[in-house]
Amino acid sequence: MSDARGKAGVSRIDAKFAALRAEGRGALGIFVSAGDPDFETGLAILKGLPGAGADMIEFGMPFTDPMADGPAIQESSQRALKAGMTLTGVLEMVRAFRAGDQDTPMILMGYYNPIYSYGVDRFIEDALASGVDGLIVVDLPPEEDRELCLPALARGLGFVRLATPTTDDVRLPAVLKNTAGFVYYVSIMGITGTAEVPTDLVTKAVERLKRHTDLPVCVGFGITTPEQAAGIARCADGAIVGTAVVKTIKASLDHEGRATEATVSDTLGFVRGLADGVRGARRPAPHA
Amino acid sequence: MAATAQPNSLRAGPDADGHFGIFGGRYVAETLMPLILSVEKAYEEAKADPEFQRQIAYYHTHYIGRPSPLYFAERLTEHFGGAKLYFKRDELNHTGAHKINNVMGQALLAKRMGKTRIIAETGAGQHGVATATACALFGMECEVFMGAEDVERQKPNVDRMRLLGAKVHPVTSGSGTLKDAMNEALRYWVSKAETHFYIIGTVAGPHPYPAMVRDFQSIIGIEVKQQMMAAEGRLPDTLVACIGGGSNAMGLFHPFLDDTDVEIIGVEAGGLGLNSGKHAASLNGGRPGVLHGNRTYLLQDDDGQITEAHSISAGLDYPGIGPEHSWLNDIGRVKYVAANDEDALRAFALCTRKEGIIPALEPSHALAHVGTFIGDRPKDQIVVMNLCGRGDKDMDAVMPKLEKMGLL
Repeated sequence: MSDARGKAGVSRIDAKFAALRAEGRGALGIFVSAGDPDFETGLAILKGLPGAGADMIEFGMPFTDPMADGPAIQESSQRALKAGMTLTGVLEMVRAFRAGDQDTPMILMGYYNPIYSYGVDRFIEDALASGVDGLIVVDLPPEEDRELCLPALARGLGFVRLATPTTDDVRLPAVLKNTAGFVYYVSIMGITGTAEVPTDLVTKAVERLKRHTDLPVCVGFGITTPEQAAGIARCADGAIVGTAVVKTIKASLDHEGRATEATVSDTLGFVRGLADGVRGARRPAPHA
Repeated sequence: MAATAQPNSLRAGPDADGHFGIFGGRYVAETLMPLILSVEKAYEEAKADPEFQRQIAYYHTHYIGRPSPLYFAERLTEHFGGAKLYFKRDELNHTGAHKINNVMGQALLAKRMGKTRIIAETGAGQHGVATATACALFGMECEVFMGAEDVERQKPNVDRMRLLGAKVHPVTSGSGTLKDAMNEALRYWVSKAETHFYIIGTVAGPHPYPAMVRDFQSIIGIEVKQQMMAAEGRLPDTLVACIGGGSNAMGLFHPFLDDTDVEIIGVEAGGLGLNSGKHAASLNGGRPGVLHGNRTYLLQDDDGQITEAHSISAGLDYPGIGPEHSWLNDIGRVKYVAANDEDALRAFALCTRKEGIIPALEPSHALAHVGTFIGDRPKDQIVVMNLCGRGDKDMDAVMPKLEKMGLL
């Protein structure tokens, strides 16, 4: 998309959503843990994601204690750490990706301690220089905005917040206040594996968020199939798929957890299926 | 809980956002924030309610068996040949450790909030047993998360929990120890937010837990003050307690923080030695970081990944420490040292033979450190050590080691 050229940081995210709005469809966000199952294979997957139809990448910064993640993402994080991944390595991968892709928003997702250990100012600087556009730091609620959120926003790095069903209308303005890029709505009710996407619930949740913000709302809902991705993309500004992707990676590994010839192609094939679903789910022209 | 803190008091923390200096805070996922805030609100109300305080006092007296004695350890004092050594006998509490002080407070709070299902994490199993006990008493459902490795090495406590009606979830994720049990308990809590209350066992976690657990444990220090005035007519010169997360220590230390003539020493688990890399001494061998909802000293590598703690004592085997301890360390009010596995085993044997008290491995670390200095202190000085748990749970782990060391 030529209108995204020259953009970086939160403006690259804004440009992407504007372009997708013009296309009349929602975004497909794909989560992978950086360096899962190893640096080379992880980089090959990463570089292949836009071609497979990912509109946006949530790139996991592996951490030993991912206290808000389920077993599949915990394991992907551990695989990456075991293969030697570090925060420096994550940024190196982003830099390598960015050399060949200027349009796809790159959101780093993870926990605060590795960033704190790296040094907040140095991290923001290096992340922007590497081509990172936004951050999702799970254990930094609005109450701790001074730590990273405010300095990141001041430098043009997006700070994407998670909203949940327990985030009530009283709390929502505080959660949305210093959010930039988009809002990530996650269900905590654990509906992974259900056949039907509860589009009515998602629609309601998205409507509620939209009453409080003009930002795009993306939804992660335990999406495992192209049909579900399409369903979510129809009622929100984007669908984010993580668990099912890292499970695909895991299923492709050999007995000792090493990549096989199938790892990259299986993963990208799975993403391609999701993308076909999302691209087939064009919405009626926007109201506005 | 009763005394009002002075404006420039060391006892005034945390601030409104739960910070002790740069430590503490609320570093949790958005999914947990509404829960944390509701616990904070409920606790603030309960704290100010005389009826809540009366209930706690009732269970202290009639159920836990408080006040626990302040005991002059005459034979050990003679053995060391220096200052007088007193033990605060919290190992005599119902369930065998200080953990019950905190659990009764939080269980009563849960009851007040209308929650009937309880979650807890446990390392050595003492907190799990205390929680299962309170749940049996109050007719609550209890689920305890315990690292799979700890389930193996603390079998008697696992049996006690099951006997008391609790469901024990062995945690195999991550490294399968206390920190992973806490991760798993937090994950579980998020998914059961409406119905469950999470009773954290130490002075760590997101605000308000560090302050709340400290308040419930402060009965230890409050009693010591009164008992020491009655026994000696003055405050002690030195306080010593072991530190894992640091709840027994904080309970003893906090009422004394403004008594600046009182020297305060926390003893971390030195494992195989601070230079071995195999220890659980977050203050002596770690650096500040963020884990489990608070900023505090953590064992971590150069990349900010949390590393494994090691201690012979499962109760001290945690890569972090309560945030208020981190603050007290940095301002220099409390001195934090370490005692290693072998020193703790020797102290375990010594206490048993000299006083007829089998201590838990945790306070054996405190006694090991006491042994390094008390002999050099004048005979008119007084040292109080928190004997925070009894050693029955440690028999299986200790016996072969004592045999090998020729201490039987």
